[in-house]
Amino acid sequence: MDLILPDYGLLFWTGLVFCLLLFLLAKFAWKPILNAVDAREQKIHEALELAVKTKAEMQLLQAENEKILKEARAQRDAIMNDAKETAVQMIEDAKNKAKLEANKIVESAKTSIAMEKTAAIVDLKNQLAGFSLDIAEKIVRGDLSTDAKQKALAEKLADDINMN
Amino acid sequence: MIVSKLFTQVVLILFLVLTPSIISAKNAPSITAAQIAPVNSVEDEFDVNEMIMHHVKDAHEWHLWGSEHKGVSLHLPVILYDNGLKVFSASHFYHGISVLEKDPKTGEKHSYLLGEGPAEGYALFHEKIYRLSEGKMHFEDGHPHNAMPLDLSITKNVTSLFFGAFLLIFIMFSMARFYKKNGAVAPKGISKFLEPLVLLVQDDIAKANIGERKYKKYVPYLLTAFFFILLNNLLGMVPILPGGANLTGNISVTLFLALFTLLITVFSGNKNYWRHIFATPGVPIPILIIMVPIEIIGIFTKPIALMIRLFANVTAGHIIILALISLIFINKSIAWSALSVPMALFISILELLVAFLQAYLFTMLSALFIGAAVEEAHH
Repeated sequence: MDLILPDYGLLFWTGLVFCLLLFLLAKFAWKPILNAVDAREQKIHEALELAVKTKAEMQLLQAENEKILKEARAQRDAIMNDAKETAVQMIEDAKNKAKLEANKIVESAKTSIAMEKTAAIVDLKNQLAGFSLDIAEKIVRGDLSTDAKQKALAEKLADDINMN
Repeated sequence: MIVSKLFTQVVLILFLVLTPSIISAKNAPSITAAQIAPVNSVEDEFDVNEMIMHHVKDAHEWHLWGSEHKGVSLHLPVILYDNGLKVFSASHFYHGISVLEKDPKTGEKHSYLLGEGPAEGYALFHEKIYRLSEGKMHFEDGHPHNAMPLDLSITKNVTSLFFGAFLLIFIMFSMARFYKKNGAVAPKGISKFLEPLVLLVQDDIAKANIGERKYKKYVPYLLTAFFFILLNNLLGMVPILPGGANLTGNISVTLFLALFTLLITVFSGNKNYWRHIFATPGVPIPILIIMVPIEIIGIFTKPIALMIRLFANVTAGHIIILALISLIFINKSIAWSALSVPMALFISILELLVAFLQAYLFTMLSALFIGAAVEEAHH
């Protein structure tokens, strides 16, 4: 029967110990523990939110990067094309210029050859005239004694001239 | 991992420790019978009821091993308030003279221990202290008729209560220290094991039953009650010194806990709660005359149910285990251990579940009652 009758001594000690326990645990255990758990929950929550935000930002950034890259590529292509064209143009120009110069040189060479030839011809003519004069003098001085001689000489001279 | 480790350890401890307790229990009856002189053949028998009640109830000594009164036991301090404070060791009873007193009506003989030295003038009968009148105890209809002084002794249960409280403080303070030191990080060690339980009480018990807005105020009480009950339930399962006292299976303890819940409920009851008791809306007055007394009784039956549920569950578990072990001594054959030990082991494991379940139920129902008391009108 006394199993189900409360005992005042134990009731008193239980009350005392439980109240002390409640006070001590509430102040020095439950409060810091629950605060830490709450803080951690908050931290995790914030971290998750940040992750979502960062992901969106990353996507935006990536899209922008791609755009910039595309533009850069286009610009590069344009520059390359320009350069190629310029190079071709330059080569063409150089070729044309060279040709022109060469032609000019050939032309001037031709002119100078022609001039020299004329000069040589003139010179030759002058020498020939000298020779002719010499010959004529010789003929005149020596071999104009007879008619036959005159004639033979004349023929010989004429032959010489023709041969020349 | 930790849970399973703890579990195997507890089972191992149970198994190892049950064996010596069997041996000590075996010797107990014969020596007791020899000491209490008048022998009739019935007293020679192993008294299961006596043995079980002795283990389940409170005592002024902590029996360690050996037979009763001749084996080794710790004699705990006695504190009496009877015309001034009297403090002495319980050994002044246990070493005192055993007296047999005849019940004048039933003819039954009761044996009690006469106090000596500072305990003079008092007697110990069934672990309760009585004041002697005319130098002896008087029995009538099997019950003592002597007066009882206010007994504030540090009994077996009070010792266990102190030990449990220190253990709980140690565990929880070290857990709190972990969080203080490491801040808001993932739990490790003991915190890893206890945090789910703390959160169970906070979220699934307090928040779910009391409501988002008001639960915070009651969390410390619910947490303390939960861990107090759980730890003492588990300590009660350990059959050697720090454990073994049937603390949460003692009606005084569960009475106090239930009283605490009742007081919280009554003092946090709002207008809506009291109106539902004294003037339930929409109920005609003639019916209210019947309803109000029922509702008032209802205020008290709820915590009384809490008190009885915890007491009965824990005590029943202890009784079943002891009864199963007693099978060996009733039949006086060690062969019975083949049946009784596995069954006691099974019940012990079941009791581990009950230890947790009862802690959960007590806290959950307390939260439910508090929740009903602080609920706002919603119609």
